Amino acid sequence: MLDVKAGDEQSFALLLQRYRSPLVNFLYRMVRNREQAEDLAQEVFIRVYRARADYVPSAKFTTWLFRIGTNLALNSIRDTRYQRMEISLDAPVTADAEEGDERTLDVADKHPDIEQHLVEEARKAMIRRAIDKLPEKQRAAVLLHKYQELDYGEIAKILSCSESALKSLLFRAYEALRVELAPLVAGTK
Amino acid sequence: MRCGRMEKQMMPYVDGRLKISEQREVEAHLAACPACRLRVNEFRAVSGLLDELPLIEPSSAFDARVRARVAAEPVKQSWWAVFAPSPRAVLAASMLVLATIWISSRPAPTDHSLNVAVNPANIDPNDLPVLENYDILANFEPLTDLPQPVQGDDSDEVDGNQPM
Repeated sequence: MLDVKAGDEQSFALLLQRYRSPLVNFLYRMVRNREQAEDLAQEVFIRVYRARADYVPSAKFTTWLFRIGTNLALNSIRDTRYQRMEISLDAPVTADAEEGDERTLDVADKHPDIEQHLVEEARKAMIRRAIDKLPEKQRAAVLLHKYQELDYGEIAKILSCSESALKSLLFRAYEALRVELAPLVAGTK
Repeated sequence: MRCGRMEKQMMPYVDGRLKISEQREVEAHLAACPACRLRVNEFRAVSGLLDELPLIEPSSAFDARVRARVAAEPVKQSWWAVFAPSPRAVLAASMLVLATIWISSRPAPTDHSLNVAVNPANIDPNDLPVLENYDILANFEPLTDLPQPVQGDDSDEVDGNQPM
């Protein structure tokens, strides 16, 4: 990032390449809309680019990056709270079903075990719904903790809370998830 | 350790991020508390379930869109550029500043009218301004072109009764 600050455009391209996938995935799991997640991720990188002259390495770059992303995601969720699409069990079942990435499943599909595939897709949908039901801050804490593997200090800075508060936040989130996913949790024993 | 304290210790324990002393304290509690033991096991199961969600890849146009937005960003100018609209203006301003400095660095002329306590016998005639230096005035050529003063007599006195 210091190279970007010095005007090295190639370094910005490297940052983009390295962080676009984790950032898009985090935002997608926050807002549950692929197109919106990519729009937000683009906005994050533009804000990073604009702020390059003032960048001071007082914190890790990932902390800064995900703090911008989290704030944008939380604002977006609040702005579109009543417009968010809900994942429906009646929606067409597709292979690798992600919103905006559907294709029709037919008898001649590549997956030989259709029933197993349907079961897997139903599990994923249930897990996504359980995460989606979490309050925004708990959801952000779980996603940053589980998928970005950030330490407690970094996540606390991103969420503007103490480490102690973060640990309580994670405890409550996992408590809610284990209740919501009880049928699947029981199946893992 | 009581169950209430486990709220802040459970996730670090599941993550393996506790100090050894804290870990032993938690394990001692878990050995005696079935509810917390069940909770720890189910937290681990939830963590495993979260691993089942697949990652998505950003669309193929993502990088191009970011680059397009970066290219559209206005170019930042240094703050002093506002005051230097053109090289000629900068040159003119610089010359003015230099001229001001040069003029102000020259010694100021002394004002003799203020030196009321100076002894005339000690004044060097060469220091006197031009108008006070009689030697210069006596040899000053332009003064030779001035008309000679007119000699006045009693018949030139004005009679107030005569017309002008």
